[in-house]
Amino acid sequence: MFESNKKSSNISTPTGPKDSGLFRREQGAFLYTLHLGDNALILGQRNSEWCGRGPVLEQDIAITNISLDLLGQARNFYQYAATIYNNFNNEEKKAVDKYIPRLWKEYKRELQEDDLAFLRDEHQYLNLLITELPKGDWAQTILRQFFTSAFQIYQFAALQKGSNVQLAAIAEKTIKETTYHLRWSAEWVIRLGDGTEESSKRLKEALVAIWMYTGEMFVVTDYEQIDVNAIKEEWMNKIEAVFAEAMLELPKQTWMQSGGKEGKHTEHLGYLLAEMQNLQRTYPNSTW
Amino acid sequence: MISEKEILKILAEVKDPEVPVLSVIDLGIIRSAKITDGKINIIITPTYSGCPAMDVISMDIRLKLIEKGYRNVSIQQQLSPAWTTDWMTEEGKQKLKAYGIAPPNPKQQLCKEEMFMEEAVQCPRCKSHRTKLISQFASTACKSMYSCLDCQEPFDYFKCH
Repeated sequence: MFESNKKSSNISTPTGPKDSGLFRREQGAFLYTLHLGDNALILGQRNSEWCGRGPVLEQDIAITNISLDLLGQARNFYQYAATIYNNFNNEEKKAVDKYIPRLWKEYKRELQEDDLAFLRDEHQYLNLLITELPKGDWAQTILRQFFTSAFQIYQFAALQKGSNVQLAAIAEKTIKETTYHLRWSAEWVIRLGDGTEESSKRLKEALVAIWMYTGEMFVVTDYEQIDVNAIKEEWMNKIEAVFAEAMLELPKQTWMQSGGKEGKHTEHLGYLLAEMQNLQRTYPNSTW
Repeated sequence: MISEKEILKILAEVKDPEVPVLSVIDLGIIRSAKITDGKINIIITPTYSGCPAMDVISMDIRLKLIEKGYRNVSIQQQLSPAWTTDWMTEEGKQKLKAYGIAPPNPKQQLCKEEMFMEEAVQCPRCKSHRTKLISQFASTACKSMYSCLDCQEPFDYFKCH
């Protein structure tokens, strides 16, 4: 990996040859954009597993519509990541080479969004672990969506104020959709938590199962483009407010699992990728 | 050479594939249509990130212009400023209502994340305001589903965005 870009983040764009500060910053933007795209794609793919299996028709449609939003967001991020990469010089390309799909290199054409989605291997994905966990029951899917949407709301708000124009534009668009995701999932957390004995029990079990994956949102990586620590409090306030209405208590447990942002994943991701990537790997470059 | 006004007139013939009563002008997604050096440059803004209609709309715009004899066309997407239902034309909102879809209310506090808030959505059939939200997501991500407590009919509401 490369050094932290904190020191160079305030310098203005040099007009001459690229200096090393900018070099690191652009790699950071590339990897961070991949991270954002991966979060959206993997969560969207997981949610889509509910298609035809939702508890009632209206909610089956709701969760799959959320999947579609996430897929669209992933496309925006991957298109931008591909553009950054294609504009890199050879030295810059070499520096991020371990994240670039091997199969694409045989294609002898520019990198495209689908190459990033369908041809990378597990360890090249930079998504949060929470997004790749199995869908579990409805309570687990709802709670995961709520934790993630609550994080994305503050993450996208920070990106909108950031210096990267394209990420700010995608965030401006995306945050409107995420607002609906957050409202919908928060209402469901309350409905389940303050619902029947069974729904409340299921939600509590889901909380025990996934709470330890929430800490990774606030782990600082070398490629971070926002101050994640600054949004931790806002996120926690949101969780506490909704939990209070849902009659849920915050877990005492403080140990948190991380690794996804560095490409170290749970055993679940490989199976998801195998299903999702099968077509493009079996019939390279196929379209419909 | 064709004028910007004439291009917009042609674009009024290009319909949203999912809601075929609305043209791309009614939807408010055309940011600009400029002519430079004999080339038509159109900038459109996407409605929802994952909306499958967007790719089709770009292609339909191109095909419509080719049909009218204009082959030198560039269509680009612009994300910012983000599209809002406030850009939908008044005429478009009336067409939606006649089609049986409640048009979006003006963007207001209800597009925020506050929970369990219900908008006063008018039934497009019997015009009653006694309606009830069934689901925040309906046949497409841009609509929610309501039912009318007076005429008992369910209907789609193009939600504010």
